[in-house]
Amino acid sequence: MNPVAHRLSLWLLLAPFLLWMLLLVIVPHLQMLWVSFHVRESWDSSVWGVAQYQTFFSESYYWRTFVRTGVMSLFTTLLTLIVAFPVAWYIARLARGRSKGLLFAACLIPFWASELVRTYGWMILLRESGLISTWLQFVGLTDAPVEMLYNDIAVMTGLVYNGLLFMVVPLVTTLDGLDESLVEAGYDLGGNSWTVLQQIVIPWTMPGITSGCIVVFMLTLGSYLTPVLMGGKDSAWFTEQIFTQFITRFNWEQGAALGVLLLVLSSALVWLGLRLSGQSFRRVMG
Amino acid sequence: MTPANADRKSVDGEPVNREDGDRNCADLECRGLVRRFGDTAAVDHISLTIPPGQFFSILGPSGCGKTTLLRMLAGFEQPDSGDIYIRDQRMNEVPPNRRPVNMVFQHLALFPTMTVAENIAYGLRRQGVKTAERQQRIKQVLAQVGLPELSDRNPHQLSGGQRQRVALARCLVLEPTLLLLDEPLGALDLKLREQMKIELKHLQKTFGTTFVYITHDQSEALVMSDQVAVMRQGRFDQLASPEELYHNPATPFVASFVGDNNRLPGRVTSVQNGIAAITLANGQSVQGRAAEPGVAAGAAVDLFVRPESMSVKQDHPQQSLTRLSATVSTTLFDGANSRLEMRVGDQTLYARLPQDGRLGAYSAGSVAELSWDPRRAPVFLSGTG
Amino acid sequence: MIRSVPRPAWSKRLYFAYLAAFFVYVSLPLLVTAVFSFNDAPFPSLPWRGFTLDWFFADGSAGRTGLFHDDSLLSSLATSGHIAFWVTLVSVTLGCLNAILFERRQFPGKEFLYILMLMPLVIPGVILGVSILVFFSGTANALSDTWGIEWDSLRPGLPLVIMGQVAFITTLCTLVIAARLRKFDRQLEEAAMNLGATPLVAWFTVTLPWLLPAILGAAAMAFLMSFENFNTTVMLTGSDAPLTVTLFNRLREGSTPVLNAVALLLMAGSGLLVGLTLRKPNKQTR
Repeated sequence: MNPVAHRLSLWLLLAPFLLWMLLLVIVPHLQMLWVSFHVRESWDSSVWGVAQYQTFFSESYYWRTFVRTGVMSLFTTLLTLIVAFPVAWYIARLARGRSKGLLFAACLIPFWASELVRTYGWMILLRESGLISTWLQFVGLTDAPVEMLYNDIAVMTGLVYNGLLFMVVPLVTTLDGLDESLVEAGYDLGGNSWTVLQQIVIPWTMPGITSGCIVVFMLTLGSYLTPVLMGGKDSAWFTEQIFTQFITRFNWEQGAALGVLLLVLSSALVWLGLRLSGQSFRRVMG
Repeated sequence: MTPANADRKSVDGEPVNREDGDRNCADLECRGLVRRFGDTAAVDHISLTIPPGQFFSILGPSGCGKTTLLRMLAGFEQPDSGDIYIRDQRMNEVPPNRRPVNMVFQHLALFPTMTVAENIAYGLRRQGVKTAERQQRIKQVLAQVGLPELSDRNPHQLSGGQRQRVALARCLVLEPTLLLLDEPLGALDLKLREQMKIELKHLQKTFGTTFVYITHDQSEALVMSDQVAVMRQGRFDQLASPEELYHNPATPFVASFVGDNNRLPGRVTSVQNGIAAITLANGQSVQGRAAEPGVAAGAAVDLFVRPESMSVKQDHPQQSLTRLSATVSTTLFDGANSRLEMRVGDQTLYARLPQDGRLGAYSAGSVAELSWDPRRAPVFLSGTG
Repeated sequence: MIRSVPRPAWSKRLYFAYLAAFFVYVSLPLLVTAVFSFNDAPFPSLPWRGFTLDWFFADGSAGRTGLFHDDSLLSSLATSGHIAFWVTLVSVTLGCLNAILFERRQFPGKEFLYILMLMPLVIPGVILGVSILVFFSGTANALSDTWGIEWDSLRPGLPLVIMGQVAFITTLCTLVIAARLRKFDRQLEEAAMNLGATPLVAWFTVTLPWLLPAILGAAAMAFLMSFENFNTTVMLTGSDAPLTVTLFNRLREGSTPVLNAVALLLMAGSGLLVGLTLRKPNKQTR
């Protein structure tokens, strides 16, 4: 190809990419950052200032929710990993042929429905008039209806459920590539199940673990429906506050500031996770 | 048979009447081709002429530049200087899709999204051949390569040998002037490779197409080719028929690369009638044919002698033969290829075992008397390759 | 732990019990949701009062309005379909171009742009929605204040929802298509040219058919993700609410089996789509 056509085609390929990146991702986020540092004086004028951030740190309700959301997201991620690992191991290493495909498809089942439907399903199961409560009364374990919804455990149950697929898939993919003779060698050289898991299997699976954890953490931190619908009155999620600022109070400056804070939190934790696991962002996500 | 006048026959035995009619013009001519990558010249002033109907091989170790040369012929690489002519037409500026050249790729590059018939139809469609004629020609070429039943299969449902034949058929159906083959047998297992070698040679004779075949396997080159060019570091060391290459290597590189060879370093004491007398490191004296002008008394040289050129422990060696005593290390039994491993000083030597089953006669540590005809042992200056 | 290393029987039994529990956990909420869409009772809870199709087909005359006679649900279903169609079209097209850009071309800053391309994966959906809202509404306001131009496409509404979803779905499409393109043997294109094809013809006859399974897969994924998205969508939606937003508002008012019917319909739809795309690539060579 001649050099002019070559350069031209490169720009033709770059143009839509740059348009998408700039218009839909980069500039909007810069704009959000810009708005978050502006304090509204009247309906059409504003000045530079950090009032929104001051509000965040002075109102304990904000930052408590912020910390709570972060901690619970981390905890959910860990729980998802623990729940998913044995299943991924079975699919990748022990199941054969048809059953392998079937089990893998079964893990995809929750994603036949949207987060809203999944959450709705849990509500039907867990609420006072729900299936589990009725069943407990039926078998005689309790005499009165039990409310299992609207608490942190319910929220976690739903959040883990939402994240499972995104944990199972990368785990199965990396575990599939594990050479079984490595595990055999581990046992052959005198290891037991625990040391083999810790020194051979987990280091091998690290890219999958990191990638699964990052995605699950992001989804959990940014989720809205599950904590709102399944959480109790005092178990607010940080995304709720962003929604409230934008949709109920029309305080975009405050909402933008909270959004920036959430983005900073998520970026920092993703960065920390990559550093701790020694993985590169490109390798894990791409 | 002189390759240049090899019979050009169409498949049903009738002589081919090419429209250009000029039987003397070469199918391929390269003049001073150069291709550089950075500072190294992958192809360094290569010139060659291939007459019609020849099976021409380029033999060389990996990284010698043979693939680059082939890709220049196909049009995927541009020469930095030099010219390519196909049937007297200059090809340098012609894009790959306009060259009368087809290529069998190293990994065959059969289109996985198409059936066998669609693969073969691909080139015909590009030429705008009508459906009826297309189907006729596909049928014919599949019959010629011996796969009449497989036209609706997908390439991945075929065996290695079958895929090979489809790749050939896909090119041959277009009746190219030149067929380029880029080590296509490399992926096959040993037995199939032996079989395909013979089959390729027969197919080439049937179609009468000029083949340019590159390989690092000297046995493939020797078995199939009319002419072989041995390539090293971007240049041709020797261009000759397989027999010539084997018996009269032009350089020490050719001597050691083509076929098995023993190398014995030493120093020349005298040269008479083209026969050099050489003293080896351990003091023994042997003779060989001086293969380079520089081989004279006092020169440090390498003597090459093939395992099958030596006879082991002959009771009455003829006067014209030169002799060498060696210590047996072990016997390597391999049926008809059984060999004896020996040591002379700190050199290891291999000789073909006599085919009379006296394997046990050579126990480790015993002394074997070797002898050979000095004319079959070329002597080169050491350090020239 | 692996087949060749024997384990005691009790640990095997424990493992299988865990797997069974896992799959109950995975399927129960959806199963319950689906089943209760056929319960002949005004609330999706026990006791079971018999089988009915009212929640799908009732025309409102007997006090029940089934899904197929509920105009607001049906129109939001159409809105969602409309959005998903455009999101799929735009993000698959962008994904194809990006895949070519990153797999085939070399240019300065490529590594940096690739990482940029991955960024939407680690931005919470809420933030994406918020930033796009802030940027585009801000721009619309500025245009209106400065030049008196009213550009309503920049205000919350369908175009904005589509842009918000495209922002992150494009990344996923790019990854799926690029992965397939990476496995493509470039010798096939050379072979096509060698057989007489121009580069453009080679692309359409050899490369595109190879990419087709990935393109279809990416399209199915984009369609589902768009259809099911809530977090980004809710920020950007205007007067025409898509299905997830309508469902969410209904759910806050209280649950009726009509919601179960919608959920079942969604599950069936996405199950069908997933099944179709999962079946296809098996026939193709890999």
